[in-house]
Amino acid sequence: METIGVTVLTISGITGLLALLLSIANKTIANYGEKKIVINKSKELTVEGGDTLLSALIEQKIFIPSACGGKGSCGYCKVTVTEGGGEILATELGYVTPKEREEGVRLSCQCKVRNDMQIQIPEELFSVKQYDYHVEFIKDVTPTIKHLRLGLPEAEEITFKAGQYVQILAPKYKGSDEEVYRAYSIASSPVDTKAVELYIGYVKEGKATTYVHNFLKPSMKLTVVGPYGDFFYQDNDREMVMVAIGTGMAPIMSILKYMRSNKIDRKVTFFFGARTSEDLFEMDTLAELEKDMPNFKLVACLSRPSEKDNWTGEVGRVTDMLEKYLTNASNSEAYLCGSPVMIDSVIPILGAKGMPEEHIYYDKFE
Amino acid sequence: MIEIHPLVIFFASIFTNNMILSNFLGMCSFIAVSSEIKTSLSLGQAVTFVLATTSVLNYIVYYTILVPLGLEYLRFIVFIIVIAAFVQLVEMIIERYFESLYYSLGIFLPLITVNCAILGVSLFMIIREYNLIQSFAFGVGSGLGWTLAIVAMAGIRKKIMGAKIPKGLEGAGITLIITGIMALAFLGFSGIVQIQ
Repeated sequence: METIGVTVLTISGITGLLALLLSIANKTIANYGEKKIVINKSKELTVEGGDTLLSALIEQKIFIPSACGGKGSCGYCKVTVTEGGGEILATELGYVTPKEREEGVRLSCQCKVRNDMQIQIPEELFSVKQYDYHVEFIKDVTPTIKHLRLGLPEAEEITFKAGQYVQILAPKYKGSDEEVYRAYSIASSPVDTKAVELYIGYVKEGKATTYVHNFLKPSMKLTVVGPYGDFFYQDNDREMVMVAIGTGMAPIMSILKYMRSNKIDRKVTFFFGARTSEDLFEMDTLAELEKDMPNFKLVACLSRPSEKDNWTGEVGRVTDMLEKYLTNASNSEAYLCGSPVMIDSVIPILGAKGMPEEHIYYDKFE
Repeated sequence: MIEIHPLVIFFASIFTNNMILSNFLGMCSFIAVSSEIKTSLSLGQAVTFVLATTSVLNYIVYYTILVPLGLEYLRFIVFIIVIAAFVQLVEMIIERYFESLYYSLGIFLPLITVNCAILGVSLFMIIREYNLIQSFAFGVGSGLGWTLAIVAMAGIRKKIMGAKIPKGLEGAGITLIITGIMALAFLGFSGIVQIQ
């Protein structure tokens, strides 16, 4: 009996002593104290040290864009750190170009706050806010794409430019044990400040898309942060060429609706590509827009129409349609939205048709 | 037990009784981290530090607490707790003061906890009945020996980077073969001294 007592006491004593030592270390070595972050040499914040710069800024209601949720895999959360950032880490090198590196660009999700810091962020990020939306409706527009309309509470409104995107926060649910932020383009018009509409395609094992497709129900709350992005409607008189595949149609829809409500009568051709007719969505709305805007022309094309589609329209990829319909594009501008592969193959075609590179705007969905 | 000079133990544990090359302990991080000289050297330093300190700590714990209380049979659990706590401490220090090292070591830093070379040193010093100074020399020597082996391996792997290696042997395969050849070379040192 006595040996048991001695054994237990010895082990507890040693463990307890080590635990004490470690908690002291945690309070001293792992405790970074309060640090100051000065943004754009004007705004000063005091934050708890030791966290990543991204989460420290989010805590202070400054929302740096991040599509992967701080895992260092999207490269969106770039911030210029002019002082106090320490050495760039191996995990960031893949996303920061040598030129950016010289300027002090860091991924804010990797860079930790260990010293007082001086950072530079684009001014428009200050207008990014967090909104508590509720789901007004959620419905299927194709078997894999959901159409969501999110409404704001009475007193709030959102201002954004047609073409920009927001991030939704998918909470923890059965099967996903972490909160994730994912980016989706706004499909509704900026004129409508009380709501945003999104098209969300299902991605196999995607944490946010699974949440939206399987768990999100009408009248549930959804946290949205935004708006973000430098892809938006440019105000000028050039002819417009728009190209989108799949859910890439969302920001184009927003731009078209914005043009309709502001009676902008520019010549627009929209090339909308899909695999089968099942994947073409919101064709009624697009037809309506076509009716209301005499200078707007829709070219829908299917790359693999099946027998039962009875498709009489264009067959081929959007690149084929551009070759076919576009002649001289030297005085046009383009808005491209969809997969990186599509965008990378469209840009050279536009260039060959005479479109200057600086008039090509695009948003790659990854 | 014949009295061996601590310096003999120190050198023996680097060359003749190298932890990796003659005892084959601590192989996992040896194989995985040996792709770059700089990282290998850093991990080697961390291992040396942990070895030197835990051998002394475990010696003190064993002879002042466990032996007087007749609790020698608890040595595995006690040694492991001491090593784990110590690695945790080292991790905190590295995260704070050597950030890029912290990221390049990644998972292998906490894995020092279960690096068999480290528990091996603590157990050998008990079995071989070393005294405190001998144990310390043994700990430091083993750490340096481990560092020597991993840095040498990283150097060799850097040299063979451009070499044509049969597809199936790339990475871990060729590393294991090289380890074998290195072990043969180190076998040449054996017989110079006996420390057990």
